[in-house]
Amino acid sequence: MNKTVNQKAWFLILPVLLLVAFSAVIPLMTVVNYSVQDTFGRNEFFWAGLEWFEQMLASERMWNALGRQIAFTAIILAIQIPLGVFVALNMPKKGFWASFCLVLMSLPLLIPWNVVGTIWQIFGRVDIGLLGYTLNAMGIDYNYTQDFYAAWITVVMMDVWHWTSLVALLAYAGLQSIPDAYYQAAKIDQAGRWKVFRFIELPKIMGVLMIAILLRFMDSFMIYTEPFVVTGGGPGNSTTFLSIDLVKMALGQFDLGPAAAFSIMYYLVILLVSYVFYTVMTNLDKRDGH
Amino acid sequence: MDWMAWTIPTATFFVIIAATLVTFTVLAIKYPEVPRIGILRIETTRGDRLFITLLGSAFLNLAWLGLFSAPQWGALIVCLFYAIAVFRWV
Repeated sequence: MNKTVNQKAWFLILPVLLLVAFSAVIPLMTVVNYSVQDTFGRNEFFWAGLEWFEQMLASERMWNALGRQIAFTAIILAIQIPLGVFVALNMPKKGFWASFCLVLMSLPLLIPWNVVGTIWQIFGRVDIGLLGYTLNAMGIDYNYTQDFYAAWITVVMMDVWHWTSLVALLAYAGLQSIPDAYYQAAKIDQAGRWKVFRFIELPKIMGVLMIAILLRFMDSFMIYTEPFVVTGGGPGNSTTFLSIDLVKMALGQFDLGPAAAFSIMYYLVILLVSYVFYTVMTNLDKRDGH
Repeated sequence: MDWMAWTIPTATFFVIIAATLVTFTVLAIKYPEVPRIGILRIETTRGDRLFITLLGSAFLNLAWLGLFSAPQWGALIVCLFYAIAVFRWV
């Protein structure tokens, strides 16, 4: 049976389109306008052409921030995705403990970013923090305000603590949707635990896992509040990620032009990676025949 | 609109983008899009290829600006060839 094509349905998304126009498109256009001009405040603008883009592309500061950002995102993805799947695999499938685990897992997700930052800022402090004080009492020199590695470990651990449960919950939902017949077939074939994971569970949760990776990528690539509260981007510039650097430039130094050029490039990178993920995801879906 | 700090070049840029989108919408209504699989081994429609072209062009322009000191319209020529390649083979 042929479906009738009715393009009028597109008009139904008009309200959303208007909302997005006001909340995203118009601000984005403004950023583009700012990126080719210079301003000294009072709404006076002077044409600068591609100067800011040129300056940003040659700026070591931007490339360093981008490098740190990529490193951070790669590290947290490499930890959170396997850990989240591992946790999901070991969560009870039904009964009281299943609900209990679900509630427990969603707790970190409910805490606002700046509160998470504050928790870890205090937790890691050498004088009063449980973690910082204990480590130092054990003779380990840990001080995230002075040491590069300590700062990075703290920020990474904080992100893992905050977001692994998102990956676990998504993977858990994917695992729950696998019909029992698959496991029974595996049992008949005498497949081991690893084989069951490799050939049944992993392919079946690939779709949700891609969503988890995409969400975690975007969120970690835009991370601002948590490291800002804990380390403020320091020691030195060692935890100054892209957003932190951007805010420093735009609001701290009021360099609107360079900051706008910077954010456009930042936006393009996120757009590119998100598009790649989206394409992979939809192709996975098609291959599975959904 | 003062706060948006419009300039003639940026306005022209957005008008061209908007005109392109409108053109492709009209095209999609008149000649419905047929997905196909190209050299990237992914299914693309005409709209997808436009998106790949625009996004790629942005990166090409940035690379041109960062790597060469040649005038920027050179990048547009590269983008034109890129666009043809994308619409032909992707």
